[in-house]
Amino acid sequence: MYLTREEESILNGEKGEVYEKVFRLLVRLGDIYGADKMIQVGSVQVAGVSYKSIGDPGRDFLEDFAEKGAKVKVLTFLNPAGMDMENWKELGFPEDFAENQIRIMNAFKKMGIVVTATCTPYLAGNLPRFGEHIAWSESSAVSFSNSVIGARTNREGGPSALAAALCGVTPNYGLHLDENRKPNILINVDAELKSNSDFGALGYHVGKLVKNKIPYFKGIKNANTDNLKALGAAMAASGAVALYHAENLTPEAKIMEIKGLENIDVTSKEIKETYEKLNTGKDADIVILGCPHASLREIATVAEKLRGKKLSKPLWICTSKAMKETSTIMGYTDIIEKAGGKIVCDTCMVVSPIEKMGYKTTGVNSGKAANYLPGFCKQNVVFNNIDELIKGVM
Amino acid sequence: MKGRRISLGTAEGEAIVSKEPIGFYGGIDAKTGIVIEKGHELEGKCVKDKILVFPRGKGSTVGSYVIYGLKMNGVAPKAIINKETETIVATGVILAGIPCIDKIDIENIKTGDRLKVDADKGIVEKLK
Repeated sequence: MYLTREEESILNGEKGEVYEKVFRLLVRLGDIYGADKMIQVGSVQVAGVSYKSIGDPGRDFLEDFAEKGAKVKVLTFLNPAGMDMENWKELGFPEDFAENQIRIMNAFKKMGIVVTATCTPYLAGNLPRFGEHIAWSESSAVSFSNSVIGARTNREGGPSALAAALCGVTPNYGLHLDENRKPNILINVDAELKSNSDFGALGYHVGKLVKNKIPYFKGIKNANTDNLKALGAAMAASGAVALYHAENLTPEAKIMEIKGLENIDVTSKEIKETYEKLNTGKDADIVILGCPHASLREIATVAEKLRGKKLSKPLWICTSKAMKETSTIMGYTDIIEKAGGKIVCDTCMVVSPIEKMGYKTTGVNSGKAANYLPGFCKQNVVFNNIDELIKGVM
Repeated sequence: MKGRRISLGTAEGEAIVSKEPIGFYGGIDAKTGIVIEKGHELEGKCVKDKILVFPRGKGSTVGSYVIYGLKMNGVAPKAIINKETETIVATGVILAGIPCIDKIDIENIKTGDRLKVDADKGIVEKLK
């Protein structure tokens, strides 16, 4: 790989031990994947934040780096943590878990990382532009930024994203290159998609089929950014789709050649079968919305449905602090809390220890959550649209 | 034997060889260096101060932090030799500063062999 003189000097240890290590990591990853050079990144999102996922080894590593004076060079946000950093106590998160999670967040903050922990950084103050090179980690955020915004990122691991943040560069390979962003399978959608859960079901089904390919969707008549967020998240979870194109909906679709591609048809029959497959439980103990983190529009929708009502079981909406602030100003938070629901920040159901909080069956409207909850959190899943889920806990 | 340099440094020691891939997270205890994965061919063995030889990493990406943890706790292998170092192991050895070489024909190495690893040059030598 070609390195500038300055980059060579980092590798020779002239900027100290931490930078030598993280830069060496980027160079080796670049070698492994055949990168020709380093490219500057505009922003970073670091994964490996929840104490539940990284444990003591991750915590110790991050504290050690922070202690040695590591500092990020570009705007860097975090993936969700394992708990709400403000209201963990009242939500019932265990004390020892909280203590470790707080240590992890402090280490990130010391490195200059914005401790906004969200899988939707693009809604919370970290918005890349079309064509911008970035180094993001969380699979749904990677999918959204590549597909809906048209920014360029590979799916980074925790340490490689942190290395990119500290050095301000990433190796030039994979989805940073034009030739690797072309679709290689065509999905003809012939189904009416009415809710985020419909988009989630479509995403789950297609992700299973195409694995890590780049699908091109035809036939999706309309979709807002919440719908596309749900679609991409599910595909990234059931498969490993990091980029998709959708005719008339995503920015790179019209420059892509689709002649001669392998074809798959998806009709309402497959969508219905996916709902059946994802429903592994009945009667949710808790409903958790906001996977990926809810937008303000999604929070407002739920508030409207809960106005003046009383829930019989807990309902959480996971989101970023930024969305909750606005929701509170608009009175949505108040409506939701009066009904017995909660807006939970900085975390999500998949990375928080809900199985240790006494819940066995969780209601979700997210194809991604339905994919992960049985394994990661030992939950039975009720998968449905918001109206039906709320009906179940009234 | 000549391979590819993944993480620099030199080491000399006794080989411990696994024909199976190793998943570090949940596979090796970062405090003791003992392999804890149930049914793994190295289960119960300690990797401390050995030259750890295995085809490739597997499992959770948190494995990188476990490799770093092994080093911090003083129970890391002296070097790692792989057939193909994937990103989990590459990340771990570079952050930890453990010499590592890949693209080595590991079938030629047996547990107990004394090895000299020069990861700066990408060379593994069997010593008599």
